[in-house]
Amino acid sequence: MTTDTDTGTVKGTVEDLDALVKAPNADELAALLVAKDRPPRPSALTSSLTFGWRAMLKIKHVPEQLFDVTAFPIMMVLMYAYLFGGALAGSVSSYIQFLLPGVLVMSIVMITMYTGVAINTDITKGVFDRFRTLPMWRPAPMVGYLLGDIVRYLIASVVILVVGLIIGYRPAGGILGVLAGVALLMVFSFAFSWIWTMFGLMLRSEKSVMGVSMMVIFPLTFLSNVFVDPKTMPGWLQAFVNNSPVSHVATAVRELMAGHWPGADIAWSLGWAALFLVVFGAATMRLYNRK
Amino acid sequence: MIPSVTGTDASRPGPPLADADLAIRTHDLVKVFGDNRAVDGIDLAVPAGTVYGVLGPNGAGKTTAVKMLATLLRPDGGTAHVFGKDVVREADAVRSRVSLTGQYASVDEDLTGTENLILLARLLGHSKSNSRARAAQLLEAFGLTAAAAKQVKNYSGGMRRRIDIAASILNTPDLLFLDEPTTGLDPRSRNQVWDIVRAVVAQGTTVLLTTQYLDEADQLASRIAVIDHGRVIAEGTKGELKASVGSGSVHLRLRDPEQRQEAERILAESMKANVQLDPDPVALTATVDGSDTDQGAAEQAARALAALARSGITVDSFALGQPSLDEVFMALTDKKGATA
Repeated sequence: MTTDTDTGTVKGTVEDLDALVKAPNADELAALLVAKDRPPRPSALTSSLTFGWRAMLKIKHVPEQLFDVTAFPIMMVLMYAYLFGGALAGSVSSYIQFLLPGVLVMSIVMITMYTGVAINTDITKGVFDRFRTLPMWRPAPMVGYLLGDIVRYLIASVVILVVGLIIGYRPAGGILGVLAGVALLMVFSFAFSWIWTMFGLMLRSEKSVMGVSMMVIFPLTFLSNVFVDPKTMPGWLQAFVNNSPVSHVATAVRELMAGHWPGADIAWSLGWAALFLVVFGAATMRLYNRK
Repeated sequence: MIPSVTGTDASRPGPPLADADLAIRTHDLVKVFGDNRAVDGIDLAVPAGTVYGVLGPNGAGKTTAVKMLATLLRPDGGTAHVFGKDVVREADAVRSRVSLTGQYASVDEDLTGTENLILLARLLGHSKSNSRARAAQLLEAFGLTAAAAKQVKNYSGGMRRRIDIAASILNTPDLLFLDEPTTGLDPRSRNQVWDIVRAVVAQGTTVLLTTQYLDEADQLASRIAVIDHGRVIAEGTKGELKASVGSGSVHLRLRDPEQRQEAERILAESMKANVQLDPDPVALTATVDGSDTDQGAAEQAARALAALARSGITVDSFALGQPSLDEVFMALTDKKGATA
């Protein structure tokens, strides 16, 4: 029997692993239990970053979960650019100048819903019960998920921008404009994601979380100015589209990347973000503490 | 309706232990899910530094009670104090002194054993280097070093239980909740978990153990509460619980199953005992109640054996002992059913 930590030669089956491990050693255990000192509780930042580290480890161990931030955004860009490009703007390369920032916003907002699914899975598996018995800053697990998700959103943003550049997107705002646009989108997505932490805690199964997410995401992203200028829409729809948070974010990102300073839309985007954070953040923490 | 060991009798004289010596004290604890009163007025007094067994069938309310004590569920009625701290109003103070190993593995299956322990150590405030060291030491003590770098989803049931308990003692807790720690484990893994529990309690940690196995409560716990339908139907030391259903029992195995009915009649007559026919067609059990005769249980049993021999019944094996907790449990739940 080996105690070597290098188990590279071991096949992954449960039986093989079980044969390798030893029986617990009561004396060693007793020695470990003697230490009764407890370190001071970690700061809010440390606990949140620790949960963020957990999210990174999960990406490392289950890399296929990156499918939704790589293949999905590529598909979105190519599909809409070639489907609508010729009809709406005469050519793909001229439509992509308008479409790309919008599709970026739409894709990221759609990807946010996986946060709720991840939380719901953790609850079902029982690991959440352990987190909830730890004496730490209560929102840390949620903030940790969202920090991990920011990394996923950044990956998706890079993928979308690269595909865009390949098929002819030329942002006039240059690198600074693009970075500013992405930064605003990250802030908005972080705040928006608290809707999903709430549903993840509230609903019973992964399936119902997905179902509700679709109901919210589809109207919110499609009924916006991502694909077309709302001027040709009926008045009642214009009223919705022009005031939708997704429209404000899409306009702000589009203008920032084009080298302008859309002050009003930035303010609207941040205002919506603050509202989402306060309302759904509070609802999430209430559910988390009450569950 | 229940013998004197019951913990729910309000007229019972005051508790023998001062509150300062109690790890857990609950009063009329209630949790309701819709129409289901999962926990229906539980009073518990768990002395510090012992293993306290909470015994009951599936759905008795054990897990719900533990979750309230571990601050995971809010009680709908009554009060619960852990080391004198209210589990609702002083939840954080409670959390800093307790650990819970839930019925389902509460570690992250996607992460390795080492990563799980480092994650939790960091969340408890240990530095990076301390977390790494503590994780390695715990894995070694639990015999899991060979699996340290493997994702927990590849672990066997016994290994999962061990990593789960290891995660619970990253900081030595003053009170450890173990919710059905050996359900579904093979005998070897079960014995390993028992050894761990003994080592933990030997270092002064109080353990509250829920189980549906009477054997397990018998092996580990010094006091036991029997729970059914969200209520404590009996509470006491193992000895008290066993004494409450009779002073002892005689187990017999006959050579010829045809003779069992005759043996039952003779036993009932000569011992004035309550005789049960076991599922095994050659076995039967007589519960001896020593209280209404001046004969000891052994003497009664000897007379019964002689009577059987005179009638030509061949007895292959014979055992006299205290009733098993199984018998206690059956007796208690039967009584409750009869008076309900």
